[in-house]
Amino acid sequence: MTPLTRRTPARRRLVGVPLAAGGAALALVLTACSGGGDDVSGEPSTPSEPVELRMTVWTADETQLAQFQEIADAYVAENPDLVSGVTFETIPFEDYTTSLTTQLAGGNAPDLAWILESYAPEFVASGALVDVAPKLRETEGYEYDDLLDSSLALWEKDGGLYAYPFSNSPFALFVNTDQVAAAGQPNPADLVASGEWTYDQARDIAQAAAATSGKQGLVVRDFDYKIWENLSTVWDGWGAAPWSEDGTQCTFTDPEMVDALTWIHDATFVDKALPGPGTTADFFAGDSAMTITQISRASALDDSFAWDVVPLPAGPAGQQNVIGQAGIGVFAAGEHPDVAADFLAWFTNPENAETLAAYFPPPRESLLNAETLGAANPRLSEEQLQAVVVEGIQGAVTKPSHQSFAKLQDTVRAELDALWTADADVEGVLADTCAAIQPLLGD
Amino acid sequence: MVAPAVLGALAFVVAPLVAVVWYSLHEWNVLANTFTFAGADNYERMLADPGLRDSLLASLWFSVGLVVLNITLALLLAVLLNQRLPGTTTFRTFFFSPVVVSLVAWTIVWSFLLQADGGINGFLSLLGVEGPNWLRGETTAMLSVIVVQVFKNVGLNMILFLAALQGVPEEIQEAARIDGAGAWRRFRSITLPLISPTVLLVSILTIVGSLEVFAQIAVLTGGGPGSSTTVLVYYLYQQAFRFNDFGYASAISVLLFVIVLVLTLVQWQTRKRWVFHEV
Repeated sequence: MTPLTRRTPARRRLVGVPLAAGGAALALVLTACSGGGDDVSGEPSTPSEPVELRMTVWTADETQLAQFQEIADAYVAENPDLVSGVTFETIPFEDYTTSLTTQLAGGNAPDLAWILESYAPEFVASGALVDVAPKLRETEGYEYDDLLDSSLALWEKDGGLYAYPFSNSPFALFVNTDQVAAAGQPNPADLVASGEWTYDQARDIAQAAAATSGKQGLVVRDFDYKIWENLSTVWDGWGAAPWSEDGTQCTFTDPEMVDALTWIHDATFVDKALPGPGTTADFFAGDSAMTITQISRASALDDSFAWDVVPLPAGPAGQQNVIGQAGIGVFAAGEHPDVAADFLAWFTNPENAETLAAYFPPPRESLLNAETLGAANPRLSEEQLQAVVVEGIQGAVTKPSHQSFAKLQDTVRAELDALWTADADVEGVLADTCAAIQPLLGD
Repeated sequence: MVAPAVLGALAFVVAPLVAVVWYSLHEWNVLANTFTFAGADNYERMLADPGLRDSLLASLWFSVGLVVLNITLALLLAVLLNQRLPGTTTFRTFFFSPVVVSLVAWTIVWSFLLQADGGINGFLSLLGVEGPNWLRGETTAMLSVIVVQVFKNVGLNMILFLAALQGVPEEIQEAARIDGAGAWRRFRSITLPLISPTVLLVSILTIVGSLEVFAQIAVLTGGGPGSSTTVLVYYLYQQAFRFNDFGYASAISVLLFVIVLVLTLVQWQTRKRWVFHEV
């Protein structure tokens, strides 16, 4: 609303912060007057003139954005009196949630937004989102009962659904088979077949490949020594977790976590199988032999090298599938929550969910089979999809989340910094981490 | 004719200042959309907040490092480029150019140079030196942020000093030279007193600027490693935009305002002792 609050905070002068706050307050007052109610069920009342909807997303992938736009354009064509257009606004992944809340603070709430699973409890509990369950249930042909309860759980509160988990993307391990073969290492797919696919094996392959290519071995994508929650894809193989299931007790000092982080530390600093801090390596640009990331990133692959995708390796506690979820929420502070909810019902109806399944495995039971996913995603073979996506979602755990996630994220990040040196005392650092976050968990 | 200026100041300076004090007396969560009066709670919380204490210390180190390095280097460059030598114009442009470069672009380029396998360590390895992982060590990270900021802005201070140096009358220098004063003596007893108003201006600007540093921290270190580079403004940003705690963040910005005000007043009040004349 006010351009000031949307400006990047880069060169904010002394008055900038109060100014932004002032603008925010003004905007808040204005939006409070026009604020939408919590009930978005029923047909949206036709506005005096068609409205423009805006959805924030963190993908910048042109193929994906084009797909969204196509679905949105069909909605606009169908409802010309209701909407004049839908725009998809990309916010970079690293700053996504911060930028989103900044927009909210500035009274510039998007109509719809992707929400990252880690922050789901905070958003769901906040009251910032409207309950979309009634709208989705009553939409003809939506088949609400087809949605998997396990996928919805994170986004529900008191029987309401505060965001639709459109993406249930399993983490998988992508392999640059050229680099692995050049190092004379076994093909991970063969190890999967023979049941020997473990983290120790992955580390050894990564170490050898890195030594041969002079590039990097295994990259846990987006971790970059900041987004530590992405390491959960590894430590889940040890059965480790950052905090207890109810979110009240720190479990960084549990033996599973100590073992898992010791393994990660040694693989990084002793074996050099993982890139050390301050090194960037993009698997999709050919900078590393392997990467752990979500299947939705497959769109970034081209044919510049031979690749494969395999399930996450097994740790001492066995193989554990991990998914990252992304929900789409409708903001109560948006200008037209009823129209936005109507669009959500369109965007995620069975037909469009099937299209979106190319990159975003839907929470729909009927669509979660290799055949449907394969038709939508020609880059992956049916075997790959069966092994990584269909089986990857079953029995999967979701990345860590918590109602105070932002504070926990920053605090753990600061504490774990001490771990990322060659001579770190793993147990000592983890004890410090628990001491730092236990007060936050107790809140 | 002053009306627009007054209106502008009211709308964009006074009103936000008042508003931020008002917000600081409230508990304001943007996500949950709650805004409740909390009295002095936020200020009491500041007293007991170890994170705030750490960020004040980080700001202190940053400011001291920046002011000392920046002013020394700017003055040195200005004196060198004030000589009648061939090529000085080129060098003036060279040192000034970072000032007009976008801050974020400048910082991102430096973030690549400062990586473990980045340009700086690549250069050092040519000399047979193994460089540290600049942005991952607590001391080297702070040093890196300071140096990146110094190189960005030293050109501006250099130009201010250069203008002041060119205003120093040649005949006074001449007279001193005839009296047998050496170069250092002339600089200390003639040049420095005559440019002291500029030194005051530059130090106020640099100190205030150093307390506002944000983008470099956000891009280069994210406040880490640990909390070693979490300076006050970055801490304020975390509270407001990461943790959605705008009330507490407003209280911190009131504190920042008071700190800047006090520092500026102190420099202004003590100027009579070291500023030779006022223009």
